Amino acid sequence: MDEALWGSVLASTVRLSTPLILCALAGLLSERSGVVDIGLEGKMLFGAFAAGAAGAVWGSTPVALLAAMAVAVALSWLHGVACVLYRGDQVVSGVAMNIIAAGLTVVLGIAWFHQGGQTPPVATAVRIQPLWPDAGQTLAQFGRLAGVLGDGVLSHSSLVYFAYALVPAVWWLLFGTRFGLRLRAVGENPQMVDAAGVSVARLRWTALTLNGMLCGLAGSYLVLAQSANFSHNMTAGRGFMALAALIFGRWHPVGALGACLLFGFLDAVAIRLQGVQMPGGAEVPVQAIQALPYVLTVVLLAGFIGKAVAPQALGRPYTKER
Amino acid sequence: MSTGATLPRWADLLLLPVVCLGVALLAGAAVVALVGQNPGEVMAALVRGAFGTPRGLSYTLYYATTFVFTGLAVSVAFHAGLFNIGGEGQALMGGLGAGLAALAWSAALPAYAMLPAMLVCSMLLAMAWAAVPGYLQAYRGSHVVITTIMFNFIASSLMAYLLVNHLRPRGAMAVESAAFAESARLPSARDVLGWIGVDWPASPLNASVLLALLAALGVYLFLWHTRGGYRLRAVGASPGAAEYAGIRSRRTTMLAMALSGALAGLVGINEVAGVSGKIVLDFVGGAGFTGIAVALMGRNHPLGIVLASVLFGALFQGGAEVAFDVPGFTRDMVVMLQGFIVLFSSAMTYLVAALLARLLRLLGPAKVRHG
Amino acid sequence: MSAEPAGGAAAQAPDAVRMRGIHKRFGSVLANDDVDLRVRSATVHGIVGENGAGKSTLMSVLYGFYQADAGSIEVFGTPVKIRHADDAIAQGIGMVHQHFMLVDTLTALDNVMLGAEPGWLLGRAQQRVRVRLEALMQATGLHVRLDALVGALAVGDRQRLEILKALYRGARVLILDEPTAVLTPQETLQLFGVLRQLRDQGTTIVLITHKLKEVMALCDEVTVMRAGRVVQALPIAQASIEGLAQAMVGRKVQIGRSSSAVRPRGEVVLQARALQARDALGVVRLEGIDLDLREGEIVGVAGVSGNGQSELLDVLSGLARPQAGSLQLGPAHFGAQRWLDPQTARALGLAHVPEDRQARALVMDFAAWESAVLGYDHLPRYARHGWMRHRGMRVATASMMEQFDVRPRNPTLASSKFSGGNQQKLVLARELGQAPRVLLVGQPTRGVDIGAIEFIYIQLRAMRDAGCAVLLVSSELDEILALSDRVVVMHQGRMAGALAIADCTEATLGLLMAGGAA
Repeated sequence: MDEALWGSVLASTVRLSTPLILCALAGLLSERSGVVDIGLEGKMLFGAFAAGAAGAVWGSTPVALLAAMAVAVALSWLHGVACVLYRGDQVVSGVAMNIIAAGLTVVLGIAWFHQGGQTPPVATAVRIQPLWPDAGQTLAQFGRLAGVLGDGVLSHSSLVYFAYALVPAVWWLLFGTRFGLRLRAVGENPQMVDAAGVSVARLRWTALTLNGMLCGLAGSYLVLAQSANFSHNMTAGRGFMALAALIFGRWHPVGALGACLLFGFLDAVAIRLQGVQMPGGAEVPVQAIQALPYVLTVVLLAGFIGKAVAPQALGRPYTKER
Repeated sequence: MSTGATLPRWADLLLLPVVCLGVALLAGAAVVALVGQNPGEVMAALVRGAFGTPRGLSYTLYYATTFVFTGLAVSVAFHAGLFNIGGEGQALMGGLGAGLAALAWSAALPAYAMLPAMLVCSMLLAMAWAAVPGYLQAYRGSHVVITTIMFNFIASSLMAYLLVNHLRPRGAMAVESAAFAESARLPSARDVLGWIGVDWPASPLNASVLLALLAALGVYLFLWHTRGGYRLRAVGASPGAAEYAGIRSRRTTMLAMALSGALAGLVGINEVAGVSGKIVLDFVGGAGFTGIAVALMGRNHPLGIVLASVLFGALFQGGAEVAFDVPGFTRDMVVMLQGFIVLFSSAMTYLVAALLARLLRLLGPAKVRHG
Repeated sequence: MSAEPAGGAAAQAPDAVRMRGIHKRFGSVLANDDVDLRVRSATVHGIVGENGAGKSTLMSVLYGFYQADAGSIEVFGTPVKIRHADDAIAQGIGMVHQHFMLVDTLTALDNVMLGAEPGWLLGRAQQRVRVRLEALMQATGLHVRLDALVGALAVGDRQRLEILKALYRGARVLILDEPTAVLTPQETLQLFGVLRQLRDQGTTIVLITHKLKEVMALCDEVTVMRAGRVVQALPIAQASIEGLAQAMVGRKVQIGRSSSAVRPRGEVVLQARALQARDALGVVRLEGIDLDLREGEIVGVAGVSGNGQSELLDVLSGLARPQAGSLQLGPAHFGAQRWLDPQTARALGLAHVPEDRQARALVMDFAAWESAVLGYDHLPRYARHGWMRHRGMRVATASMMEQFDVRPRNPTLASSKFSGGNQQKLVLARELGQAPRVLLVGQPTRGVDIGAIEFIYIQLRAMRDAGCAVLLVSSELDEILALSDRVVVMHQGRMAGALAIADCTEATLGLLMAGGAA
């Protein structure tokens, strides 16, 4: 296997993992505070739509990003109203969010753009471009490894680097700030936090807001950096894969990063392995690789590769019981 | 989804779903108006498209058939205290099971042997697909919601793999299996009504609509008239009381999931044996999630589920017709409406129930609490 | 009810806590009825009473979990309004709950800090807190490994951590709710040492407990509560265990019974030997329990709630497994390896009326006619070939309701819609209707109105007269005395004593219940 292939696989992995990382971090914040987030898929989808629509109409990257984040935050707040305020079932609310997003994005898309649900392509100037697209070629003169790294790591857009930078940022937020301490506590034992004089609802609302912002970013990545427009159901299950990565990473930012990279790698490799012969003579089934993230998550949940212990209070609405 | 003791039973079972539907329709109408359509016109066209013609009615009932199966599946799990989101994957496996049996034996067996064989195989495979998450929940504590979501994805990957690599006839381009022999096909409504001399237009509606009604009856009888159903409901309603009664919760959890999966698997009979006559890639198309909406709207009761299924079938069929008549309208509006219904029928139920309770107290005399 | 001041210096300082005229009602239950409490500064003040006496409610009002319906609170002489835990903490009131308010996955340090972090940067905040905490630990003698995860700490350590947490937040009044419930005797002694030291350093301690021995050993003053009222408040020098026990359980003891005829001893139908049981935390709940139940007798299990009675019922009915011991039930023998399960118990003629009606005895969402067959759905009259016989079930339920006067006589009504008394009657109808050989009954008249209580007593006596062996667990001593032929007393998981009914007096029983020797 030559450097070009290694470089390209690495680059694909990094790019494919980016929306997963953003979504997984979003889910992490929500679930660490005790609110189940099945709706990552729907929020990412709606964020993508908002970015595509705003980008096409206003032709400005910041506006597109803001629109995506605002819409996703609104959905997170809706989830909060149903779950934190009215103590409804968190799973069902998430499922509802996904269905609403799937339908409403296309409805609005058709109504506003008349292109069968798609948004018109966003202008090149609005799209988020790679910062140094020739990195691979330029660095190849310093050796094969440099070339691979250049291609794989240095040739990405700012949003990609921002997403990766968010991992230590969220880690620091969670483990290095007062807010993070309280957030971790409220997902384990909300009674304790309440008895200590801290508002459980406020913590959860904050987590949900951050969750919305990150989901919006994930969606806008798909439209502004990956494709150029929004199309029907473009998230294609990535929100669920991010949820799987979150669980596989044991609700920890670094674990989630690792899981996202793994899943992104599998995605990058799946297409490339098509047609390649395995030692036994059979072809590598691309579907097996596509299913691998989900299979791994189930295996983990079944307790066969260590335990994944969710935040204790996850999924249970908080009522002041005495 | 109990709303507490604030509503009298009749209001909880009958009025609340209607009100939730009304609220969801209002939300939907708002969106429809927002995008420049006339909500009234849309509604009228929808009703016409769903019930106005025999062909429309047939399509409505055909969709309803699938929703009855997935709705029953979700409700049986709900009664045991479990949330089975895996209807999509279980339905796929049901179709796979039926299809594999058909491909293997349809040439050799007559219909009266083939069709029951397909029925059994579809239920078995779907049952197994649901039993694994059920086992993991009962005996290893893995949350059934997450595992069933994962199994949905694994199912579609598995289906794609089998179709592309093993079931697709050599040289064919389309991702589907070979066609079954005639013995593996369920008679369509047109066929059946033709036997009694009624001329009915062609449509996907087939004999599995009767199977759906039988399934609904079966689930009703099982849940409320058998010991197994009694125990299942006890585990879901009060795990402490079930333990006191000596009911084995873990075994009951597994059985509930297995039964739930088997019901979802019957979608395969409708689609694979009733309509396409071969295994196609995604014949479920989101019906698993509609099943959740149907179960919630139908308050987890088979009768309610049948009615809610017809409602959703009407939405889907009417929506398709409206898409022809009204420019700018697509099926996705129905999807969106479905999402609103799920949202208001469950997550927001407390809000709606509280408002409804207040309204009833204002309107009617105070109900005396017994004892 | 006035008492003499505890000591010279303390007499000058304002009372740490003064609660006047506290009323608190929950629905139909008056948890606190015109309660006055006076806790002097720098003393250990014990509040004793049975479960349901209102002491926990009173302290919850003080800590801000509840708002009193009426009454006033003064802390160190200043009238205060306490609306939330925040306010209580601000007033210098700290509480160590019975169920620890700790997060297992965080360190001890983080647990103390939460809610009172000095600054939003965690690292720096942790350093500052560590310095303060180490000083506090030195001063009080309470030592905890600050960097250990709470989940890894022993129960005694966790409790010390809870105390540290309260002190760190500036508590000058420290409330402890049943602190020794989860401690070994050694840990209890250690705790007492700590509490005495804290008191000597000026902290006021309020101890909610039902363990009278501990009260006598540790407290300076004690308040006795019963049924929502204060019945006694006095310095410890004037108190005695017997006196406190009597005040706590009440004087309306009737030894009057319908028939005190001497009965011939029936056959032993249940024999338990050396039962030992632990709870989920590993704390021993039953120790060395030997019990014989004979035909035609009612054995009453007396004792303050929380001394192992519930665990005894769970083990004997098959809901819990003991760590050691054996059981002979009729012809069948069970050891700790292969214990009884509820189905087998029923098949052997054992019926169980659980203490927790709502979570165990009935399925609240089921209609009465479905709850009426709970545990018995295998009987031929209720089901045949797996098919439930609805008519049979409804007829049986109607007949049960008729026999036990359950109102309203509507088998289709949801179980939750019946009043407590009628629910209990339905449960009794179901269990007694099986003509069991052994009947386990827990708190039969809890939450039951007067009219139904008498009816239930008649039924239980009738069972006994028909030859059933009845084990009656009740926290109402009058009930035990009214119904039992024999009384056993449980204290801290052991049988403290066994007496024939004729030998039972308030004094002897009270002493046994408090842990004194008979």
